[in-house]
Amino acid sequence: MHELPQQLANGLILGAMYGLIAIGYTMVYGIVQLINFAHGEIFMIGGFGAYTVWQFLPDSVSLLAVIPLMIVGGIICSVAVGTAAERFAYRPLRGAPRLAPLITAIGLSLFLQQLVWALYPHAKSDISFPQFHGDSFHVLGATIQRGDLFVIIAAPLCMIFLGYFVSRTRSGRGMQATAQDPDTAKLMGVNTDRIIVLAFAIGAAFAAIAAVAYGVKNGQIGFYMGFIMGLKAFTAAVLGGIGNIYGAMLGGLVLGVAEALATGYMGNIPGMELFGGGGWKDVWAFVLLIIVLLIRPQGLLGERVADRA
Amino acid sequence: MLILTTVLTSGALTLTACGSRDDDSGSEKDGSGGGKKTTVTIGLDAPLSGDLSALGLGIRNSADLATKIANKKNLVEGVEFKIEPLDDQAQPSIGQQNATKFIGDKTVLGVVGPLNSNVSQSMQKPFNDAGLTQVSPANTGTELTQGDGWKKGDKKRPFKTFFRTATTDQVQGSFAAKYLYTTSKVKSVYLIDDQKTYGAGLAASFKDTYTKLGGKIVGSDHINPDDRDFNAVVAKVKKTGAKALYYGGEYPAAGPLSQQLKDSGVQIPVMGGDGLYSADYIKLNKKANGDLATSVGAPVEKLSSAKQFIADYKNAGYKDAYEAYGGGTYDATWSIIEAVKKAVQDNDGKLPSDARAKVLTSMSQVKFTGVTGDISFDEFGDTTNTMMTAYEVEKDKWTPKHSEVYKP
Repeated sequence: MHELPQQLANGLILGAMYGLIAIGYTMVYGIVQLINFAHGEIFMIGGFGAYTVWQFLPDSVSLLAVIPLMIVGGIICSVAVGTAAERFAYRPLRGAPRLAPLITAIGLSLFLQQLVWALYPHAKSDISFPQFHGDSFHVLGATIQRGDLFVIIAAPLCMIFLGYFVSRTRSGRGMQATAQDPDTAKLMGVNTDRIIVLAFAIGAAFAAIAAVAYGVKNGQIGFYMGFIMGLKAFTAAVLGGIGNIYGAMLGGLVLGVAEALATGYMGNIPGMELFGGGGWKDVWAFVLLIIVLLIRPQGLLGERVADRA
Repeated sequence: MLILTTVLTSGALTLTACGSRDDDSGSEKDGSGGGKKTTVTIGLDAPLSGDLSALGLGIRNSADLATKIANKKNLVEGVEFKIEPLDDQAQPSIGQQNATKFIGDKTVLGVVGPLNSNVSQSMQKPFNDAGLTQVSPANTGTELTQGDGWKKGDKKRPFKTFFRTATTDQVQGSFAAKYLYTTSKVKSVYLIDDQKTYGAGLAASFKDTYTKLGGKIVGSDHINPDDRDFNAVVAKVKKTGAKALYYGGEYPAAGPLSQQLKDSGVQIPVMGGDGLYSADYIKLNKKANGDLATSVGAPVEKLSSAKQFIADYKNAGYKDAYEAYGGGTYDATWSIIEAVKKAVQDNDGKLPSDARAKVLTSMSQVKFTGVTGDISFDEFGDTTNTMMTAYEVEKDKWTPKHSEVYKP
């Protein structure tokens, strides 16, 4: 069973990445009840933003020095696209039936995918992303790659920042107020439009950080990478309780660990030999989602927006 | 209102009349073989965008080159060849749409492509019904020519219109197994495939030969080719202590799989088929050195028959490399050109009216020395050239290690 620590570590690292993206889904849903299906593409654009910065820097600079610049570049691109999407694709439809912004979101996601593809013709297939070189670390029987350190450090930092922001700052409290009741919040002097833009921006920034993590971890990015990661992050958000930011991170971690354990052990259970292995991990991830939703429809930590009429 | 309608109708009538008259005069001239040449279109279907486009663009360019050379040499009197490239994005549904498009265009006498065996499966039937010749430079799925019963020895050709210049996965997987067992002396292997037609067929054929030789498959798994994080599978491989990993699939997933394996401290080679044999595999995998791949044919760079091809390709100034299937594609396109030539010769120097049927019958008699060696087709439409080569990544480059004419 000495493989277990490794599988847990793999799952947690993958899950932290899902969680970072899921926060964007959950915050936007918590405030405007919109499932921003283009969020996966905002994640992808963060990756390409970081990649573009890297292209402009000389090769000789060490990656450690470049990473902060790449993160900034990724965040700028993601936030710009995320807030522009809010302004031009979602705000005009505010108050429209819920289906309308959902359709725009899907259209927007295809548009962004094709746009990046057109801008980076050599990204027709995956393109290589800078990676950390050097030995891996051994912790409690698990091997941790240098590339994985990025997400291990970034995810908790992001959560601490977000927790502080939401509960301690004026904008954060405005966000909570808007989530509870936008009309009353407006009457109390909260600029709800600004709050909504802020939610989109923070979600996009986290997605950009996740994209850099994805790049340094896998050594490659591609124009369609947002689709499957976005879907998984959305699952994580629902799993944790959509609208709940801590739930999004927990949902991500649970999903990642479930995938790793399903790949590693499902095939060892007698009678389940056929259903184990990497090919089945997505099946088990979604089975888990269905089970959680059947038993606890509000998600693991509950929806924050449940008290709304 | 009345005036407007009259003007519109008469305008439309004039236009259609003009159109048909032009068409008529055109084909009359073509038929007579006089001044103007008949255009023969060779359809080309490959993934020109998406994941596998590096290979697809190499295929498009090589086919384009073949028609240009044929035109330049005036190989078939009175016939001008032209390529009609369509992008299938490596998806069977799009491939089938492309197939119907080719069938609808009467100037198309043969189709080169596609890259993927599963795309071919969706195209074979429409082509067969239309009697349109298809030659794939890259499809290695054995059932495409020998039917689903080939594993049990019950070979039956399902579609008379399908030919290929690539040999089958049965040959390729078996060759890989033999190379790994006897040349690399690796006796235990972990087997992974992506469950697609190509990957699963390759893995099955590898397993068959490898176990027969006495090698041990210490574990096996499947992965989703769209995934990029394989650490969970890698941890399983690590536990078994396998001495090599055989992967049935293509490079976009194989690159990160190989790298994550080595990152985790397992320094064993990853081996795969021609789906790995691409320069992009090394670009996406910083630890590719020592990895192995098999590919069909002899390495193009080493064959004297290929020197001309390489020089021509370079002169034509294509932006993309010819990649793994350049030589095979050139030969596939050339086989259609040869078949057209024969059809024209048998018809007193004119393109016969039932050109598609004549081209199809000529295909079985096509025989020439191509880029990848002697080209002809057996009773299943498979190439008779079963030359295979094993490559290894050395100093970030695929280096040919061993070539042989291999019969499983």
